[in-house]
Amino acid sequence: MARMKFLCDADRCIDCNACATACKNENEVPWGLNRRRVVTINDGIPGERSVSMACMHCTDAPCAAVCPVKCIFSTEDGVVLHNKDLCIGCGYCFYACPFGAPQYPQTSNFGTRGKMDKCTYCAGGGGPEVPGSIEEYEKYGANRMLEGKLPLCAEMCSTKSLLAGDGEVIGEIYRERVAARGYGSGTWGWSTAYGDGDASAGAVAQSDRDQVRAGE
Amino acid sequence: MTMPLAYCRCLLAAIAVLIVVAAAMPAVAQQRNSDGSPDPTASVVNEKTLLQEFPRITGRIDIPDQRAAVLIQPAGRMFQRFHEVFLNWFGVIVLVGMLALLVIAYLVIGPIRMTAGRSGIRILRFTSFERFAHWLNATAFVILALTGLNITFGRFVLMPLIGPDNFGVVSQLAKYVHNFTSFAFVIGLTTIIAMWIRDNVPRRVDIEWIKEGGGFIKSKHPPAGRFNAGEKMVFWLALLAGIAVIASGFLLLFPFYVTNIFGMQIAQGIHAIIALLFIALILAHIYIGTVGMEGAFEAMGQGTVDLNWAKEHHSLWLEQAARAGRKPQAQPSATPAE
Repeated sequence: MARMKFLCDADRCIDCNACATACKNENEVPWGLNRRRVVTINDGIPGERSVSMACMHCTDAPCAAVCPVKCIFSTEDGVVLHNKDLCIGCGYCFYACPFGAPQYPQTSNFGTRGKMDKCTYCAGGGGPEVPGSIEEYEKYGANRMLEGKLPLCAEMCSTKSLLAGDGEVIGEIYRERVAARGYGSGTWGWSTAYGDGDASAGAVAQSDRDQVRAGE
Repeated sequence: MTMPLAYCRCLLAAIAVLIVVAAAMPAVAQQRNSDGSPDPTASVVNEKTLLQEFPRITGRIDIPDQRAAVLIQPAGRMFQRFHEVFLNWFGVIVLVGMLALLVIAYLVIGPIRMTAGRSGIRILRFTSFERFAHWLNATAFVILALTGLNITFGRFVLMPLIGPDNFGVVSQLAKYVHNFTSFAFVIGLTTIIAMWIRDNVPRRVDIEWIKEGGGFIKSKHPPAGRFNAGEKMVFWLALLAGIAVIASGFLLLFPFYVTNIFGMQIAQGIHAIIALLFIALILAHIYIGTVGMEGAFEAMGQGTVDLNWAKEHHSLWLEQAARAGRKPQAQPSATPAE
């Protein structure tokens, strides 16, 4: 069984924001909401790196655990989806999310939040809508997974920094890259999202450590 | 031989300047591989190092939403553990524990009756405005408590009963009710504090009251003013808990207006913990004000209490009231005795 993951190779990311733009366009993400974003660390100083971040589709997802109405769940592929019909916009998933993935449209007065919106791995929604239907598209965005396609952000990435797919496969690609070029600044977010107990995450973390040792 | 000396001075100065410049050179320039080629990753910090320095990795972001500049905050996992393990157990222990204590108190001590029986003469204890403020606060509190408990425990208690879809609708409604009722609670609590803070200032008589076992020993009725030490404790605890839940609640109601993600997590934690303790406190308050003590509910219900009740529980207040010219009235015959 494939375990879907995202991996951003920060040594390749050029902060072009094509992933964020592709996501907004493909899923018709409303104004003010950002399912994917690019954050630049050490901006303008030596060692600057950019990381594209969205929902990492965590193992034992913290958002799903704290949801008071249990509207968030993991699919068989490890994709974290949610049912907007049940969501009450309490904001707890944002407090629990290590990656700032949940987004809320501001619906009315004060800080009242509407139904949570987040990256669906381009796999439609977790509601009762028929997969691939126009109703599902309007609520959750594209269902590329149904067509056998990967999330558009990763497909669109010009430097192939952002990888999507089976965790073991993309982990192996990253490991090969690190071995070939001789350095790697790590799989950002993997240990937090998938835990050190995760087999492919553990292997990738090990290759990073090996590189660090080799560089010393 | 002045020339060599000047020469030496010049040389020393040049060396000193060189040392200073070398020390001030950016570290990057020296970061090369062993074969002299530049190392592109030499100054790159990895995730682990960044997280060891600070619990959140924050960078620069191109979009206006600055919350999104936080790249990774593993504290979310901590929030998850707090919310799923600590909070659930804490809530169950505090609430079930308090209910168990009250049942034990009822079974062991039982309702505290008026030792001298009813006199049939009544004296005004709370004015209609005082009762209004109390019940405004009480109604708001019960609504807030139930809708608040639903957020934490509804999915274990209510959701299996009515199904996820209905529960979603109910919880959405409960959230809005919770948000808007908070304003009534603020008004009620503020009024109560303003009305009663003067009568709740701790006095020497309160120490005696506690030493004599307060309201828990049936045979003894230590003197007390308008509020005894037990009531004063409820007042001050409610004041502190009220301020804490109101402050943390408004942070949650206006998310990220004044605080960042860390502040929001702390606000949610404080709000939940204090609210649970507050509910436990009010459960005890409800017990002693209803089934726990004969004649106590009338004070807040009708506003008047039996003279014997006042003598037994608030002797000093009764004297004060008499001096102030508040006259006890015979009970109207229309009201049947209990």
